[in-house]
Amino acid sequence: MRFTRTSKALGMVAIAALALTGCGAGGGSNDGASQSAGDPNKVITAYNSEPQNPLLPANTNETNGGRVVELLFEGLRAYDPDGKPVNALAESIESPDAQNWTIKLKQGQKFTNGEAITAKTFVDTWNFAANSKNLQNNGFFFESIDGYADVSAVTTEKSADGKTTTTPAPTAETMSGLKATDDSTLTVKLVQPEADWSLRLGYSAFYPLPSAALADPKAFGENPVGNGPYKFEKTGAWVHDQSISLVKNADYSGPRAAKNGGVTFKFYTDPSPAYTDIQADNLDITDVLPSNATKTFATDFPDRNASKAVATNGTLNIPGYNVNFQGEAGKLRRQALSHAINREEITKVVFNGTRTPAKGFAPPVIDGFKENIPGSEVLKFDAAKAKDLWAQAEKIQPYDNSKPLQIASNTDGGHKEWIDAVANGFKNNLGIQAEIQPFAKFAEVLNLRKSQSLPGLTRAGWQGDYPSLYNFLGPVWATGASSNYEKYSNPEFDKLLQEGLAAKSTTEANDKFNKAQEILFTDLPGLPLWDYAKPIVWSNNVVKAETGWNGGVLYYNITAK
Amino acid sequence: MVSFILKRLLQVIPVFIGTTLFVYYMVFALPGDPIAALFGDRQPPQAVIDTLRTQYHLDEPFWVQYGLFLQNLFTFNLGNDFTGQPIAASLARAFPVTAMLATEALLIQAVFGIAFGVFAGLRRGGWFDSTVLVVSLVVIAVPTFVLGFVLQLVFGVQLGWAKPTVGANADWGSLLLPAIVLGLVSFAYVLRLTRASVSESMNADYVRTATAKGLSRPRVVVAHILRNSLIPVVTYLGANLGGLMGGAIVTEGIFNVPGVGNKLYQAILRTEGPTIVSIVSVLVLIFVVANLLVDLLYAWLDPRIRYDQ
Repeated sequence: MRFTRTSKALGMVAIAALALTGCGAGGGSNDGASQSAGDPNKVITAYNSEPQNPLLPANTNETNGGRVVELLFEGLRAYDPDGKPVNALAESIESPDAQNWTIKLKQGQKFTNGEAITAKTFVDTWNFAANSKNLQNNGFFFESIDGYADVSAVTTEKSADGKTTTTPAPTAETMSGLKATDDSTLTVKLVQPEADWSLRLGYSAFYPLPSAALADPKAFGENPVGNGPYKFEKTGAWVHDQSISLVKNADYSGPRAAKNGGVTFKFYTDPSPAYTDIQADNLDITDVLPSNATKTFATDFPDRNASKAVATNGTLNIPGYNVNFQGEAGKLRRQALSHAINREEITKVVFNGTRTPAKGFAPPVIDGFKENIPGSEVLKFDAAKAKDLWAQAEKIQPYDNSKPLQIASNTDGGHKEWIDAVANGFKNNLGIQAEIQPFAKFAEVLNLRKSQSLPGLTRAGWQGDYPSLYNFLGPVWATGASSNYEKYSNPEFDKLLQEGLAAKSTTEANDKFNKAQEILFTDLPGLPLWDYAKPIVWSNNVVKAETGWNGGVLYYNITAK
Repeated sequence: MVSFILKRLLQVIPVFIGTTLFVYYMVFALPGDPIAALFGDRQPPQAVIDTLRTQYHLDEPFWVQYGLFLQNLFTFNLGNDFTGQPIAASLARAFPVTAMLATEALLIQAVFGIAFGVFAGLRRGGWFDSTVLVVSLVVIAVPTFVLGFVLQLVFGVQLGWAKPTVGANADWGSLLLPAIVLGLVSFAYVLRLTRASVSESMNADYVRTATAKGLSRPRVVVAHILRNSLIPVVTYLGANLGGLMGGAIVTEGIFNVPGVGNKLYQAILRTEGPTIVSIVSVLVLIFVVANLLVDLLYAWLDPRIRYDQ
C-alpha cells in the first residue's frame, strides 16, 4: 500500500519514531490482569483522516481508507500479527504447479446483509476490480490471472500536441482463468506459475463484495456492507470530514474476532491534535505521531507506547541517466556513496534509534529475508574504503564536481535532517559537494522522478502490500515495473525474479529472490538506507495496542478498560 | 440609502471576478501534478489517472478551466473535489462550524474588549489602565499558535476543564477554547482602540455639556462617550469578521476544528483549484457584506453621517 501524501509528509518521521530500543519501554507488565478486566463491549476511538475514495477494497490504496476497509471485510486469507497468512474464508488453497490454483471456501459465510459468499462472489468481484472500465486503483493486483490482459485492456490516443490519453477498452468482461466450479470451489489459472501468489490473498484488493457493490459502486462505497470483524454502525456512519463509526459484527467467525464493541475513527487533518487528545484520554489510539514527538513520546506515554519493526524501507535511488554514475566508474562511485553513509549513526542520532540500518533490499520482517547476502557488505560504513573506491573511479573517468550532488526530496516530512546528514557524509568522506534539493511537496518530486528530470539522487520509500519478498523487488526494480521510476533494468535480475515466481515452493522462490538481490547489490540502482519501526501510543482507556506486519494497528485486538 | 446599498453590492462583481481570477491563476501555476499527488509511490493504472484528469479538466488551458469554474458557480453546481465529494456539500459542512467559531470569537473580543477599554479609558493612568495595557501588549506579542498550544495543554490536558480538540459534532461549548484563542489577539486591539477613543471623547464639548446638564454618570458614559467612541472599533470588528472566517487556519489546525480553515488548508495541499476558489468566493462575499454592515452602523452611531448625497 502506498503512503498517502499526508502520511508521507508527517508519517515518515512519525513511522520512524521510537525504535526497537523503545520496545522495552512499552509492553505493560500488568497486561494479563487488566486484559481479563477489559470490557469487550466498549467502543474505542482511533486516529484517522478522511478516506480519499468510496470504501471499496479494490479501490482503496491509501492508508486512511485502508484502516477502515480492513476492518469491514475479510478475504480468503488474513495475516496474523507477524505477517503469516492464515486461511480466513478459504478452507484450503492448493496448487500442484503454482499455476493452477484450487481454492475451497468455508461453508455458510455471509455478508452482514445476509447475502451468501460463494465462489461466484469472488469471480464477480475480481472481474469487476480488474476491469479497466471500473477504474479501480488496485486493478493491477489481478494481473497474474489468465485473461487479465483482456479485461484490463486500454487504448492510448496521442493528440496533436503530443499528449497521450489512456482510455479503458476491455475486450472481455470476465477473466478466462477465473472460474467457480461449484458454490464452494474457485479455480484460478495464472498466466505463469507464481509461487507466492497465495500470499497476497489477504490483501484488501482481493476482498469479496456483495452484488449491490458491483451494481452501484459509488453508493456502496458510502455505506459499505462487508463480512469483516466490524460493520457500519448505521447507514450514514461515515460523516464526511468528521468520523466513521464501526461496531462489532456479531456474526463474524474468522481469525480476527473483535475484542471491543466497536471502533470510531475520528478524523484529524494533522497528527498533533490527536497526540494531545491521547494525552487527555480524549482519543484511544494513534499510529501517526507528529514529527516533533519522535523524541518525546516514550516519556510522554510511559507504558502506553509500542514500536514494532514493519515491512517498510527507505532507499536512495541513483538514476542511470546521470553521467557521473555510468559505466565502470559509476559502479565504483555508487559503492563509494553507499560506504560513505553512516547508517548506524544516522538511525541513532537523527531517528533516535527508531529505524534500523538496512541489511538488504527488503526488511527483516519479511518471510525469506536473509542476512549477509553476498554484496551486502556495501551497506557498511567504511570511510577509507569509500575514499579508495572513489579514487579508483577518478582514474577511469574524472567526476564533474562543478555542481553539488543533489538529493531530491520533499521537505515537509522531516526528511531534511537525515538528508543533511547523508550529504555531510558524502562531503566529508568523498570530498564532493552534496546538498538537498528541496521541494515543497511530494507531488513535485514524483513528477520529476517520473519524467527522469532530477539531476541527482532521489529518495524513495516502499511499504509492502503483502508479506512477500517479491513485493519489495518486483514492483520497484523489475524492468518497466509500476514504481520503477528511475527505469532500472537488468535482464538477469528480471530472469531470476521470474524463476522465483515459477518456483514450486516458497523456500525455493525466496532463494531465487535473494539471488536476485545479489544482482541489485552489484548494480546498486539504489542504496538501501534503513528499515522502519512503527511507533504507536494509546490512552488510559485501553489495555494495550499493537501493530501488524505492515504497521497497521490491530484494532480488533484492543480491549477497552 | 437603498441606492447606497445597491451601489455597494454592485461593487462585489469586479471584486469577485478579480479575486477568483487571481486565486485560480495562482493555484493553476502551482508546480506538481495534483492527480499524481493523490497517489504516492504506488500509482494506479494509467487509465485511472487519465480519466480523473479529463474529469477535472486538468488538461485544459487556464482560461477554459476558469471559464468552466465560473459556469459551474453560476449554475450553483460547484462540482466535485478530488476525492469525489461534492464541493458544495463539504462547504455546507465546514461553513456553519467556522461561522460558530467566528461569532463566538467576535463576541468575546467585542464584549470584553469594549468593556475593558471603556474602564481603562475612563480612568486613564490608573492601576486598571496600566495593568490592562501591559497585558494586552503581551497578548499581541504572543503568536496565535503559541497561545493555542499553551491553552490547549493547560486547560485541555493538565486541568481537564475542556476537551483539547473539537472534532465531530462541534457546538458552542466545545468551540469555546479555540474561540478564546482566536479572539484574544483582536481583543487586545479592540481594547486599545476603545481606550484611546474613550479617553479622547471624555474631553469633548458634548460630554462636558451632558455632565453640566446634570445627566447621570452612566448615561453620560453609555450614550455620549461610548457611542461616539465606537466608530473606529466597529470598523475594526467588521474587517476582522472576514479574517476570523478565513484566517482561522492555524487555530482550526491546532484544535482539529472541521471548519473552513482546515478545508482550505487541505485543498491547498491537494492543489484543488475549484475547492480553494469556491471557499475564497464565499469569503469575498462575507467580507463585502460585513463591510457594508459596518458602513450602515456608522449612521446609527453618528446621525450626522448620511448615505445619500
